[in-house]
Amino acid sequence: MITRSTPASRIAAVMAVLLFVALLAAPWWGATSTLRLLGEFMVYLALASLWNLLAGYTGLVSVGQQAFVGLGGYILVALAMFMDLHPLIAVPIAGFVAVLIALPVGKLVFRLQGAYFAIGTWVVAEVFRLVAAQVTIMGGGSGISLPATVLKTMAETKFWREAMIYWLALALGFGALALVYGLLRSRIGLALTAIRDSEIASSSLGIKIERVKYAVYVAVAGMTAMVGSLISLQKIRVSPDAAFSVNDWTAFVIFIVVIGGIGTIEGPIIGTIIYFLLREFLADLGSIYLMILGVLAIIIMLVAPKGIWGFIARRWNVSLFPTGYRVHIKD
Amino acid sequence: MIWVNIIIQGILVGGLYALFAAGLSLIFGVMRLVNIAHGDFIVAAAFLAWVVVQATGLNPLFSLIVVVPLAMAFGYALQKWILNRTLGKDILPPLLVTFGLSIILQNGLLAVFTADSRKLNAGVVETASFPLLPDVAIGYLPLLQFIVAVAVIWGLQYLFYNTALGRAFRATSDDSETALLMGLDQRKVYAWAMALCMGVVAIAGVFLGVRSNFDPFMGPGRLIFGFEAVIIGGLGNLWGTLIGGVILGVSQAIGAQINPGWQVLAGHLVFLLVLAIRPKGLFPRIEG
Repeated sequence: MITRSTPASRIAAVMAVLLFVALLAAPWWGATSTLRLLGEFMVYLALASLWNLLAGYTGLVSVGQQAFVGLGGYILVALAMFMDLHPLIAVPIAGFVAVLIALPVGKLVFRLQGAYFAIGTWVVAEVFRLVAAQVTIMGGGSGISLPATVLKTMAETKFWREAMIYWLALALGFGALALVYGLLRSRIGLALTAIRDSEIASSSLGIKIERVKYAVYVAVAGMTAMVGSLISLQKIRVSPDAAFSVNDWTAFVIFIVVIGGIGTIEGPIIGTIIYFLLREFLADLGSIYLMILGVLAIIIMLVAPKGIWGFIARRWNVSLFPTGYRVHIKD
Repeated sequence: MIWVNIIIQGILVGGLYALFAAGLSLIFGVMRLVNIAHGDFIVAAAFLAWVVVQATGLNPLFSLIVVVPLAMAFGYALQKWILNRTLGKDILPPLLVTFGLSIILQNGLLAVFTADSRKLNAGVVETASFPLLPDVAIGYLPLLQFIVAVAVIWGLQYLFYNTALGRAFRATSDDSETALLMGLDQRKVYAWAMALCMGVVAIAGVFLGVRSNFDPFMGPGRLIFGFEAVIIGGLGNLWGTLIGGVILGVSQAIGAQINPGWQVLAGHLVFLLVLAIRPKGLFPRIEG
């Protein structure tokens, strides 16, 4: 008998639904600080899942995803300020605009391979940051705050504003997970797995390798920009250095994925939890904390390249989000 | 005449960018490794030179006698103990390990030296200049920097094509398995390549520190300049890398003249332009 789901994955699915419902109700049981923390958690969960799809499954190691985070933030603020758009409507538009921009950008950076692709994406992010600093209408180098009047249009009371921004975070966090999971179970996921195992064999079977990778790159860019626009709502402000920060939106995300387990769906979830736990206890250490994260990531890369989840999955043969098939032989 | 001056100064700065790039180009040529922490090592070398200068009172340019061997020993050890373990078919481990190194270095330097910016003081050579044309003066320091860049690239080129070590580099780069059969231990060859790379990094770091202020977070920017010089010049071509550095330096100088905020941006845009019309760079030698 061939199955996809396992007892573990069925339990995980039920737990995920229960967790989602509990989190949906968070505005009623959590304080403002809890909502903030959960919202930030969702941001990193989404960014980590998306980067994992890019690097872990598609082999596109980008060090420049902050380009799209910042782009999304700037688009949302511009749309809200100059076109009076409701911020929640501006989020998908930001994603759409980012897709349009990622189409030519992708063509350009795809001319570089492997590690040079990584640095090429970084250059693009730097270009975005430097250009943003030149746009005086958006505050130039010091950035601009989202006017209070814009926030008022979202909802009259503080409770509902906070709840809406939080729900948006929840939607993007779970949405990114669902996107990655759904994609990997689809034909594209099959193609990605085939490319990962053998580029030559998969291309001889008719997979358009470059086209699949390009499509994933563009889709991830759009989704990343939506997360970026959410971040600008959470921070109520955009500035070139913060919105296009390589540390905040790429370095931490890479550490999360590497520590949790690159190339696994569960990895980014585990990694995000560990990242927030470490931050809770060690953030006071400042630069030492970042060094600890770096050392941890290097050790994991050298000792257990599939991260913590990779270790667990191999040790106990479990998969919470199965994308492959299992064969069961009955006696 | 102002534009002649700008272009000449840009060319001379290009020498520094070529120094940033030469080490990057070298290790990519030998082992297809791209070290994301390359720029941070340049900055770390500048800090090391600063410590040596503080301790001994040497002129920073003479501190190279200490800094270069130390950097080379460090490079050998780094490759032998850490980076060799990451090399293989998968490009992820070396990339992510050097990315981790980059963050560790930046924050380590921050913890030790604080975020204050520092400078290496080389004395009169910094400000002295001679007139080349009316309104065009050449500073001794930028000129020295450019001459050193040319000398380093000539030296690497000579080493590659005229010495036993260079032959080992080329053989391992072409076919590491066959080279191993001939008795070349690729791990040692790689360690020597990284040692050499770090020697160049040390030179680049000292010139960076003499030319301008530096702080713990300048590394990624230097990595990007070096990388752009490599790609503009074409992979695997060291003289191309020098030309790439010069093109980058001139573009930045012209950009800065038009608007100070456009200096770095202009360099990036010229890089992207080259990528768009000549994806393999202007003078490519090897495949990426």
